[in-house]
Amino acid sequence: MHGTTILLIEVGALLFALGMLGRLGRRFGLSPIPLYLLAGLAFGHGGLVPLSASEEFIEIGASIGVILLLVMLGLEYSAGELVGNLRAAAPAGVIDAVFNALPGAAFAFLMGWDWRAALVLAGITWVSSSGVIAKVLGDLGRLGNRETPVILSVLVIEDLAMAFYLPLVTAVLAGVGLIGGLKSLGVAVVTVLAVLVVAIRYGRQISALISARDAEALLLGVFGLTLFVAGVAEELNVSAAVGAFLVGIAISGPVAHHATEMLSPLRDLFAAVFFVFFGLSTDPAAMPPVLLPALGLAAITMLTKVLTGYLAAKRVGIALPGRLRAGLSLMPRGEFSIVIAGLAVASGVEPGLAPLATAYVLITVVSGPMLARLPDYEWFKTFIRRWRQPSRPAVQPRTAED
Amino acid sequence: MRVRVEQTPLPGIGVRHDLVTSSGRTVGVVSHRNGRRDLVLYDVDDPDSCLASIPLTDDEAEALADVLGASLMLGQLAGLRQQASGLLTEQIALPAGSPFVGRKLGDTRTRTRTGASIVAVMRDREVVASPGPDFVFEANDVVVAVGTRSGLDGVSAILAGDTDD
Repeated sequence: MHGTTILLIEVGALLFALGMLGRLGRRFGLSPIPLYLLAGLAFGHGGLVPLSASEEFIEIGASIGVILLLVMLGLEYSAGELVGNLRAAAPAGVIDAVFNALPGAAFAFLMGWDWRAALVLAGITWVSSSGVIAKVLGDLGRLGNRETPVILSVLVIEDLAMAFYLPLVTAVLAGVGLIGGLKSLGVAVVTVLAVLVVAIRYGRQISALISARDAEALLLGVFGLTLFVAGVAEELNVSAAVGAFLVGIAISGPVAHHATEMLSPLRDLFAAVFFVFFGLSTDPAAMPPVLLPALGLAAITMLTKVLTGYLAAKRVGIALPGRLRAGLSLMPRGEFSIVIAGLAVASGVEPGLAPLATAYVLITVVSGPMLARLPDYEWFKTFIRRWRQPSRPAVQPRTAED
Repeated sequence: MRVRVEQTPLPGIGVRHDLVTSSGRTVGVVSHRNGRRDLVLYDVDDPDSCLASIPLTDDEAEALADVLGASLMLGQLAGLRQQASGLLTEQIALPAGSPFVGRKLGDTRTRTRTGASIVAVMRDREVVASPGPDFVFEANDVVVAVGTRSGLDGVSAILAGDTDD
């Protein structure tokens, strides 16, 4: 058979299988991310059905997937929201970073890995999944809740922090040394700040350049601009993901709204390919030894996320049930953790990192949304009520009356 | 008295507006970027969480706002809508002395003569929907007719026997 024919068959079968998996997952209220990762594991080297002809296609598709994930993330926020949120939510953001990045870094040292791996693992355990959490909040009907703005502002800070963290990791992993690393971080900081300032001041003019009226021109314009800026950013060692994120932030108003609608299907397609690709590049045989450590790391960092949410909600005067809701909602890690791990895998920094990250994300992204439901159960509410008023046990007065 | 509405931005999702009613309940609206709105009602026991979150489309939210708005405005709007489409519905009681008591609906030839249709007849609190031409009228029947203003006037004239034929 011709090479292209095999490629079509492989890619077609893969996408169809993903579609069915996603549908199955949705029936159980599961995010498709873990399913795509598992599918990648099954199709990779040493998996059940190794794909060979489509490897190159999947690799390119995966990098487009990362770029689309990030540009859509940027489109969700306006620059004003990002900066306006900063001052009010900064303390929560600092708590979040300290509580969740440090355990990851400490864990890497415990595993005997070097400081570069520690930096990567810190990022993986730090960032919650905006996509999964926003979906869970919507599904549970909690968008109106008072703790929801707290959760969202933690996510915003994390996403903004990624704009500085990703170039740092990219530079470190590229092995450009301390001076080179500082230089590329400097470039990144200046670029990010410049884009934020331009987006706040001239966002309307930039968006006017790309008219929202012509659907085709809009799709090609936004997609093209994103790929171009991502490429240039990569060339400057700032990381393609950050470039795409900044394009998303710079576009605002109706153009952003329409671009979101047009790019969503593309993002769904290529993001699925990205998750599969990450699974593909992980050897299933490497998974069992890291499963226990991943479970331990997940347990610790899920607890620290609960604490993060608890403290962040407490700061703005949310009552106990709301604090727990905020904490339990923040647990899932997802696309960003995989993006960070993907950078590390590409540079070959630590062979054990990819299977650990896969297992870690699988655990948190599956158990997180389930645990987020806990505060809605009646027994949990009763438990909280008892806990809050230990001086007034509910049973005692009744026995006195009897 | 003016009501205080509090606005809270929800980065990445939209904005939330809420207000506390004089009865002490909190009601809010989450406006999504894509035009969807959620009507949210807060829990009395746990004022941080919402009991119900009801998704509304743009049109549904507008309709609800109309209903919740001043009732005077609603009446005017309903009248406008009827005038705009030019089609009216009217209940016409068959007069006691009508020449059609005991005769068939087809005999009235209302549709050919006025353009208005008799879509139902109410008799003893029961509704006969879409009566055929063989339907026989009785005294005290109420006819439901749909048509233009002049058409409906024509129907009541025919049923009253005010036309010459």
